[in-house]
Amino acid sequence: MTQTSTSDVTPDTAETQPTGTEPTETVMETVVNIGPSHPSTHGVCRVVVHLDGEVITHCEPIIGHLHRGIEKMAENRTYLQVVPLTDRLDYVGSMYANWAYCRAVERLAGIRVPERAEYIRVIVCELQRIASHMMGIGSTGADTGAFTAFMYTFAQREKVVELFELLCGARLTYNYVRPGGVSRDLPDGWVEQCRAFTAQHPSAMLEIDDLLLGNVIARARLKGVGVLTQVDAVAWGTSGPIARGSGVDWDLRRDDPYSVYPRFDFSVPLGDNGDSYDRARVRVWECVESCRIINQALDQLEPGSVQAEGLPRLLAPRPGDAYDHIESARGSLGVYLVSDGSPRLYRMKVRSPAFCNLAVLPLLAKGHTLSDLVVILGSLDPVFGEVDR
Amino acid sequence: MKIEDLREHLCGIYPDLCPLFSIEFGDGVLCVSHERLHQAASDLKDLGFDRLGMVTAVDYGEEFELVYRLQSRAMHAGIFLKARIKRETPVIASVCDLWPAANWQEREVFDLFGITFDGHPDLRRILLTDDWVGYPLRKDYEDDRIIRRPDYI
Repeated sequence: MTQTSTSDVTPDTAETQPTGTEPTETVMETVVNIGPSHPSTHGVCRVVVHLDGEVITHCEPIIGHLHRGIEKMAENRTYLQVVPLTDRLDYVGSMYANWAYCRAVERLAGIRVPERAEYIRVIVCELQRIASHMMGIGSTGADTGAFTAFMYTFAQREKVVELFELLCGARLTYNYVRPGGVSRDLPDGWVEQCRAFTAQHPSAMLEIDDLLLGNVIARARLKGVGVLTQVDAVAWGTSGPIARGSGVDWDLRRDDPYSVYPRFDFSVPLGDNGDSYDRARVRVWECVESCRIINQALDQLEPGSVQAEGLPRLLAPRPGDAYDHIESARGSLGVYLVSDGSPRLYRMKVRSPAFCNLAVLPLLAKGHTLSDLVVILGSLDPVFGEVDR
Repeated sequence: MKIEDLREHLCGIYPDLCPLFSIEFGDGVLCVSHERLHQAASDLKDLGFDRLGMVTAVDYGEEFELVYRLQSRAMHAGIFLKARIKRETPVIASVCDLWPAANWQEREVFDLFGITFDGHPDLRRILLTDDWVGYPLRKDYEDDRIIRRPDYI
């Protein structure tokens, strides 16, 4: 696949309209509707694209096809019953939503988490970052026609998913991080298996980097495509690899440190130009940094309890509100909770990084061709479970 | 910057806002009247809160509370800006002119709470379909498909 073929998209209407005041000059505008169910939209996203020839003059993402009303559903459940719902937000990075929600609950209810549980949370979430970025980098390859890279990244993702399967039995919706700790301790032999993974992963990343981002066709398709300036990245509230690809030096793990992150030595990769290439590159190097964090966490891991002592089965925090956020694979993922003192949540709001990142799509796509739109959308790496909630 | 230092810093520049500043669960909270919201947001932006993290609302029966989360990269601090509006007149000034990030976020609040943002360039439903009836995150929203889960106490 070199470009989005015309059979993949359906022209809605083709109309002729005059531009300016000169009646002789006309421009053909074609409105093309992509999605909601199209492989290049990475989920159920519909994009209405206005084209002048093959150049995008305006585009608008239409979201909400996967809206399940998770925030409304949460109001009908107890604090523990909401944890499985958070799995379904970002289904490529369930651990993050688990953790962000649990941190907000712990803040609201004043729960202290044992140190071993904090280390395990860091380890699984850095593994999750790798698994999620493998999906992001792989689909960047698939979008640019380099499908082989997708296979390489998915081989690595599979290893992480197997580690998670050993940990909690699930491959996608883990329900592992719980208020007060994690659901169970690491199984026997897991630490060794995890070390074996982190030992081989950086070299695999170099191979993928070489294979995909060193490829002359992929570079031509990615470089200079969908440039997001640093000013726009801040003003539009983007976060994660999207903002860092534009050179915004902002990572919650370092700048608003939570959990045991201050104890680790890691660097935050940044891009220079803010194009699709830089966003993919930032993801590649973040995976390598994640391996460093995991290794340090495994070294510092001490035996102990993984669940807070004396936690009631039915939490009923005092009335009030609390917010907490973590650096997910897609950016700053925040959960805002309001309690009225009853065992059920009064209000849950998920500050979804994918939602805010997707809002810049019209900005990035303007002036590019339709085939570049696919690359730009892929480089934003949206997960529609989280965008639509 | 610690949240206590932030309070001193804010009070030095805006003495009149100081009594409105409180600390809850470790977060700085600034509650203002809905008429002052836009001005306060603008002041905080000038102070260095350059990122709008989140816009949301909470239904408290008689009133809606608008919650804005602002972040400052320079100060390494976050702050909540809150304003209450009456349920009968759910209108508040949009902050789209300060942060374009508010565009989709305010559309979401409009979609799910029915709160109108004055000055928003493109206020339409975003997550639900255009013909949806009602505002689902209001506490009085009725829908046949909502199944009340039993109490397990």
